[in-house]
Amino acid sequence: MRIGVDVGGTNTDAVLMDGTTVVSSTKTPTTANVSEGIAKALRAVIEDSGIDRAAIDGVMIGTTHFTNAVVERKHLTPTACIRLGLPATVCLPPMVDWPDDLREIVGGNAHLAHGGHEFDGREISEFQPDEVRAIAEKIRDAGLDAIAISSVFSPVNATFEEQSAEIVRSVIPGANITLSSEIGRIGLLERENAAIMNSCLRQLAARTVDGFKAALDELRITAPFYISQNDGTLMNADFAKEYPVLTFASGPTNSMRGAAFLSGLRDAIVVDVGGTTTDIGVLQHGFPRVAALAVDIGGVRTNFRMPDTYSIGLGGGSLVTPHPPAPSPTRREGESDTVMEVPPSSWGRDLGWGDIKVGPRSVGYELTEKALVFGGDVLTATDVIVAGGSEDIGDASAVADLDASLVTAVQERIMEMIAIAVDRMKTSATPVPVIVVGGGSILVTGAIEGASEIIKPDHYPVANAIGAAIAQVGGECDRIFSLAELSRDEALDQAKGEASDRAVNAGADAESIEIVDVEEVPLAYLPGNATRIMVKAIGDLVEA
Amino acid sequence: MLREVTLEDIRPIAIGAGILGTGGGGNPYLGGLHLASVIREKGSQPLVDPFSLSDDAHVCVAGTIGAPTVSIEKLPEGTEMVRALRLLEEHTGRRFDAVAIAEIGGSNSMQPLIAGLQAGIPTVDSDSMGRAFPEIQMSSYLFGSDAKVAPYAMVDAADKAAVVPSAVSDLWGERIARNIAVSMGARAGLVACMMNGAQLKAAGVHYTMSLAHHLGARAIEAQEQKSDVPQVVADVLDGEVIFRGKISDVNRRTTKGFARGWVRIDRFSNDDRLEIEFQNELLIARINGEVLVTTPDLICIVTEEEGEPVTTEVLRYGTRVAVIAVPAPEQLKSEVALEVVGPRAFGYDVEFRPLPGGVIGRLPESARTM
Repeated sequence: MRIGVDVGGTNTDAVLMDGTTVVSSTKTPTTANVSEGIAKALRAVIEDSGIDRAAIDGVMIGTTHFTNAVVERKHLTPTACIRLGLPATVCLPPMVDWPDDLREIVGGNAHLAHGGHEFDGREISEFQPDEVRAIAEKIRDAGLDAIAISSVFSPVNATFEEQSAEIVRSVIPGANITLSSEIGRIGLLERENAAIMNSCLRQLAARTVDGFKAALDELRITAPFYISQNDGTLMNADFAKEYPVLTFASGPTNSMRGAAFLSGLRDAIVVDVGGTTTDIGVLQHGFPRVAALAVDIGGVRTNFRMPDTYSIGLGGGSLVTPHPPAPSPTRREGESDTVMEVPPSSWGRDLGWGDIKVGPRSVGYELTEKALVFGGDVLTATDVIVAGGSEDIGDASAVADLDASLVTAVQERIMEMIAIAVDRMKTSATPVPVIVVGGGSILVTGAIEGASEIIKPDHYPVANAIGAAIAQVGGECDRIFSLAELSRDEALDQAKGEASDRAVNAGADAESIEIVDVEEVPLAYLPGNATRIMVKAIGDLVEA
Repeated sequence: MLREVTLEDIRPIAIGAGILGTGGGGNPYLGGLHLASVIREKGSQPLVDPFSLSDDAHVCVAGTIGAPTVSIEKLPEGTEMVRALRLLEEHTGRRFDAVAIAEIGGSNSMQPLIAGLQAGIPTVDSDSMGRAFPEIQMSSYLFGSDAKVAPYAMVDAADKAAVVPSAVSDLWGERIARNIAVSMGARAGLVACMMNGAQLKAAGVHYTMSLAHHLGARAIEAQEQKSDVPQVVADVLDGEVIFRGKISDVNRRTTKGFARGWVRIDRFSNDDRLEIEFQNELLIARINGEVLVTTPDLICIVTEEEGEPVTTEVLRYGTRVAVIAVPAPEQLKSEVALEVVGPRAFGYDVEFRPLPGGVIGRLPESARTM
């Protein structure tokens, strides 16, 4: 049996699963000390089911803790960066495009050294061990032991990064070193940014993962535990301490994977309604569709492959407020008097939708204190749904005198908001199934235009924890191949082999490995048909 | 027109140049970051009106040549272009008075500003495409005057440098430069196309830096006011939003070193389908099989909501986009120009049917007060 846990900003959810059956589930508030909330959730599912702790094979935890640390600029360790590539890259040094406050917290300690490779594997300049040693001494003298190392085209050849790490370790024993080649893909600044953030987060990761471990020990759970990554696969606890940055965006991935599992659908739109926001994503062959563009985390560009989700400010805690009719478009002095036309896709742009507004402001985690049905004095989306009679939550009498036409209007507004967001994510006009999950799913009370069916599967409130529980292990390959030397098929096979090997190294059962994503991008202007090939392999976790 | 480029101007120029990149030209983001650091060090870069140049002014173009995928990984040393410029001056024995823009679309919008600032000479508010094209000979300075691409100089991040004193044709100049660039790691600074003020005035696509800035500023303003950004872009460029829809298919292959392919877009409201063929840049648009827009007219894909340019490298199934058709500058529409930048030059057996109107290459009315 497996336990899946999802630690969100508001709630910590847990599920106990026996194979594909959900045995028990719970939702508890997230605590400032994340481990306490996890312990509470774990205790609830174990006691609820009365199972023998020895029957637990693994605990899978998804957490937004590390993303939040960067966004909130909390618990970050000052980190130095060494980049190999001189004389290239000088004009854009490490952290050049970071927000000032974050650069300040991290220390802005950046160094450039010789080394690096060309796209075809030639050296940009000769690697100079003494130069790196001198830099390491400077970093040591500055009192730092967290270091990120990047090298130009290290996804093609990582030897200079590895040699530098050895030298740094000889100067700073026990240094916390992240190599960019271990976590990122082509795109030097973005990959380097991820490496720096990773080293920044390692101390926090060690504390957090140890806290998880302590919570499990306290409950006498001896099974191994795993942390979810951004692509929906798992890493073991030791690996998570080393690579906390890989947990970024694991939340939406888990909820979509959970939705696919619960519904049995592999191609659908997933609507995850939370307390403050609703995230809409697309399942393709059982996995989230990935965003095409660079993703900012706390103002820093990264090139992680994040799920392509669209968020709207609608959730169970959304404030319901009367809204004045749309203001006439503001006209600025000196402008011509053509009236701005409102484009069809401008919903939510505060241009007015009649008289009622739902969200984006929300009472969030204070729902159980502030909502009318919980004895508060704020009209929330949840109150309206209870007044509509489709759900019985809290004290329904507190909303008994809400105007029936208001209730209908708000419900219609909510469904319209969701329908427009769903349409935005669809890839054709053909109706597609929509899976509704998340704690705020009660908001979905009617049909969604453009949906062939609406599925609210059992256990929908804890889909994200289920997504964590069923997660697999994966491996990636992202390299440039010259198709002058290899045939396309040989290159693809080689890339698939590398990705599969990495999945096995990460703990996947070799028998179960599947190639889930292949992307080829021919490189313009280069001879020999240079092609960048990205492959992702995924397999089942080898059971302990 | 814009008189100088300051820190605040970089973002609007980057957005405008990205849109004018017609899917190619590289992302101006990194070039913009570099320009910002040079401006912080040396101050703002003056722009000169092409018509204020004397007929015998000595001008060149400066830019980077290489592969876009390499450009996001092997970042520049930073002085490649100014070193190439000095090398060419040394070779010819004559100092340049100003540097012009080869390609306003994409990342090469930033490079002539960086090169000029570092060389201590102004940048001319004029380019040779009014958009992006994949090769050096596709330049109105070359096919619109008797200027030649060679002699030119190329320099890499280290100390490798080359001067090509002459080429039998501009096309051969391009081929040789491409090979040198690959041997330099698929990224090099290039200074080429020596010309005098008279040639530039006769052949250039003028005021395109001002136009890129104006376009970007209007797009940012539209984003902030939550208005219809694609429509604003079309209005600024005297173009038309020809399609709004979702990308339903993308096909890519490499032929002769170019990232070729096509993208299909399905309209939101009905069954119409737009298919655009690209070779780095977007070149031919067909609606339901019928040719609607062809190169050299501009085909720009922007995200439907934010109006951000979408390059051909990141075209992806499911992205919601608006497609804008923009009339090419007059300088690209002559018979001799079409031989180099018309549909047949890219191997498409279709006629160029020019879109009516056009503002690229003319000082925009609304930009005059800037």
